[in-house]
Amino acid sequence: MDFATFLVQCLNAVQYGLLLFLVASGLTLIFGIMGVINLAHGSFYMAGAYLAFSLAPLFGQHFLPMLLVGVLLSAAFGYLLEWAFFSFLYEREHLQQVLMTYALILVFEELRSMLVGNDVHGVPAPDWLAGTLPLGSLMTYPVYRLFASAACIVVGLALYGVVNHTRLGMMIRAGASNREMVRGLGIDITRLYRIVFAGGVALAALAGMIAAPMSSVYPGMGAHILIICFVVVVIGGIGSIGGALIASLLVGFVDTFGKVFFAELSGIGVYLLMAAVLVWRPEGLMKKGW
Amino acid sequence: MRRWLPWIAALALAALPAVLTPYASDLVVKIVIFAVFALSLELLVGMTGLVSLGHAAFFGIGAYTTLLASPEADGGNLLLLLLAAMAAAALYALFVGALSLRTKGVYFIMVTLAFAQMAYFVFHDTKLGGGSDGIYLNVRPLLGPLDAGNKRHMYYLALAALAATYGLLSLLRRSRFGHALAGIRVNEQRMRAAGFATYRYKLAAFVLAGALAGLAGFLLAVQDGVVNPELMAWHESGAVLLMIILGGLGHLRGAVIGAAAFALLKELYATPALVGDFLAGHWQLTLGITIIAFVALLPKGLIGLLERRP
Amino acid sequence: MSAALLSCQGLTRRFGGLTAVNDATLDFVLGEVHAVIGTNGAGKSTLVNMLSGEMPASAGRISLAGSDITRWPQPRRARAGVGRSYQRTTIFPEFTAFENCRLSAQAAHARPWAIWEGAAACAASGRIARDALAAAGLGALAERPAGSLSHGGKRQLEIAMCLATEPRVLLLDEPLAGMGAEETERLLELLARLKPGHAILLVEHDMDAVFRIADRITVMVNGEVIASGPPAAIRANRDVQVAYLGEH
Repeated sequence: MDFATFLVQCLNAVQYGLLLFLVASGLTLIFGIMGVINLAHGSFYMAGAYLAFSLAPLFGQHFLPMLLVGVLLSAAFGYLLEWAFFSFLYEREHLQQVLMTYALILVFEELRSMLVGNDVHGVPAPDWLAGTLPLGSLMTYPVYRLFASAACIVVGLALYGVVNHTRLGMMIRAGASNREMVRGLGIDITRLYRIVFAGGVALAALAGMIAAPMSSVYPGMGAHILIICFVVVVIGGIGSIGGALIASLLVGFVDTFGKVFFAELSGIGVYLLMAAVLVWRPEGLMKKGW
Repeated sequence: MRRWLPWIAALALAALPAVLTPYASDLVVKIVIFAVFALSLELLVGMTGLVSLGHAAFFGIGAYTTLLASPEADGGNLLLLLLAAMAAAALYALFVGALSLRTKGVYFIMVTLAFAQMAYFVFHDTKLGGGSDGIYLNVRPLLGPLDAGNKRHMYYLALAALAATYGLLSLLRRSRFGHALAGIRVNEQRMRAAGFATYRYKLAAFVLAGALAGLAGFLLAVQDGVVNPELMAWHESGAVLLMIILGGLGHLRGAVIGAAAFALLKELYATPALVGDFLAGHWQLTLGITIIAFVALLPKGLIGLLERRP
Repeated sequence: MSAALLSCQGLTRRFGGLTAVNDATLDFVLGEVHAVIGTNGAGKSTLVNMLSGEMPASAGRISLAGSDITRWPQPRRARAGVGRSYQRTTIFPEFTAFENCRLSAQAAHARPWAIWEGAAACAASGRIARDALAAAGLGALAERPAGSLSHGGKRQLEIAMCLATEPRVLLLDEPLAGMGAEETERLLELLARLKPGHAILLVEHDMDAVFRIADRITVMVNGEVIASGPPAAIRANRDVQVAYLGEH
């Protein structure tokens, strides 16, 4: 493998990892704060992608406004979903949560089927992000992928900022380590949970929207990313955003370079990574914390 | 009366072929096979308290092994294929169990799902199992006069497997091993404090459950004559989990009842004559809503419903 | 002084920046009740968890009758004779008291491969269970579901389950928690009966009980052992009075 190709693959790995981070951070937030395992999280990612497909004709070249609208719509949806459904899951056993969120996937799949059908679609990148950019004199790299990575970094920084430097973030961190105490402090836990959930949904949907022009928009994409996110959360530790970042990048590299070196069996590279981590450190790379 | 129920049910099932149409007979065999599958998960979830979301992997591996080990043009040896299927499934269960049992709770759920997905990818992406198309069984296996290609024989073979599995698990529940599993389910810490090496018990249960799932996979492969990677997809893992909850966790009968209920519900929701064309085409929606309502309203499953009667 | 049955040297447990137990050196001798007292957060529970094997030590050594058991997992220590009871009752509520004890006893008589035998077939564990129940004073209530026992009864069952593993060392974590006067009396009598045959670690808050039954007392404050000795010496110890008893 020559250096240029290596660099390209590295950039791809980082881009994939960052996208995963967006989805996984939502999952780990929801699990860390509310203690709910949500199998339907991948559906939000898929919904984002199909949303991008539906909105693209309306927004044309105005990609960023489209993303914004998409985020707001998904956050609103997440807020409602938490109120209507998820709030009933908090006190239940994991098994029941698993089943009910599994059922939710079935419902979402059918709703998608009824609203947009089961076809595979492509979403074109806007012109100002299309094409490739020369990197040094070695090679060129798709502009859109650079944008995707940049967008994920921006969102990640914003997330870090909110969690570590705002009152909301303080409540989130407190809620993650001690739910009862937060309630005792008079903080409106119901509102907090609803906001966190909406945030998690928005993160996943945003990731889906950003991913749409790169990978195709297809029915199974939610399931696929969900399971990879589970691997990320297992490796990084539940409730740890920092862990999710490290694990996502790790998974990004293993998956990308796995595809390059072991074409057929590339899909299992990630799981072998997980197996290795389990042998070495079953509690995840980073213990619970931020 | 309750003690005799399983025996009565077995006799009834044995007598059924005389009165059923071929389609109904096939459906019953399907239900019986899924009952074996569900029972294998009941051992894990109901008896030991280990919620596995990747149990379909062992089911699928049992099925694939059956086909891969079958000769091209002849009927293979039924017994050998059965044992091979169970052994292969048990082997993968050993690998998955050894690693995933190092985790607990939600982590365990996620890890088992991930390992099942790994198996799915191996069979979906490689030529090993014919990729996403799967492979076909040309000639059903035999054992002496027993011919799995014969519908009657297949029916009784499946029934025998169900009876054997049910019997084995009944014995297990009453044994020291079963009591230890029950203790682990209720309070693993306490069991460790008493001196039980709980990891070994859980691993043993996991491998046994995997082997039994492999048995179910063998039966399905022989019944259908075809396998494809979707047998290991997480939808299958979700479905079997659903079956044991539907029937009622903690009871062996629950697994069997749940398998039957699930199969019948699926049939019902997918039949245009009963629910109309639109809903029949989108049966997952109805199923999903049913599950949600069910788990919310009847957490103890159908058995819970029956036990409410005085 | 007879040789210690269970002892620890320099036992330490750190959680990130926090040191819960620092450099604890203690021993537990056959025929003695060695009480460990201290305010909340003093590190008593962490100490017990390290001795029982539930929590690994960050530093230090633990020996059982001469063998180094520092790296042994809890089940192995339990089978070697280190039994423990819990502060929060951990009985199995749906089994009867007898079944609870028999299950504990079966850890040593497992034979898990003998699945054709019912659990009741093991005569040895049945006998041990009955003896443990009788020793704990629960003989009459053997067939009652554990969940239906009174609070005191459940605490007695907790001890009985510990006894059913035929331990040589008893690590008792606040066995008197939530007990009334009569039940406390009964439990202290039980401890007095058990003393000759076991080495007992008693973590307790009830000072009257401690001073009545303990042969030695160790005082912990903020993870440190600040004093250790016979009850009279502890009572007279200035540091202890200031740090702990003074506030009492």
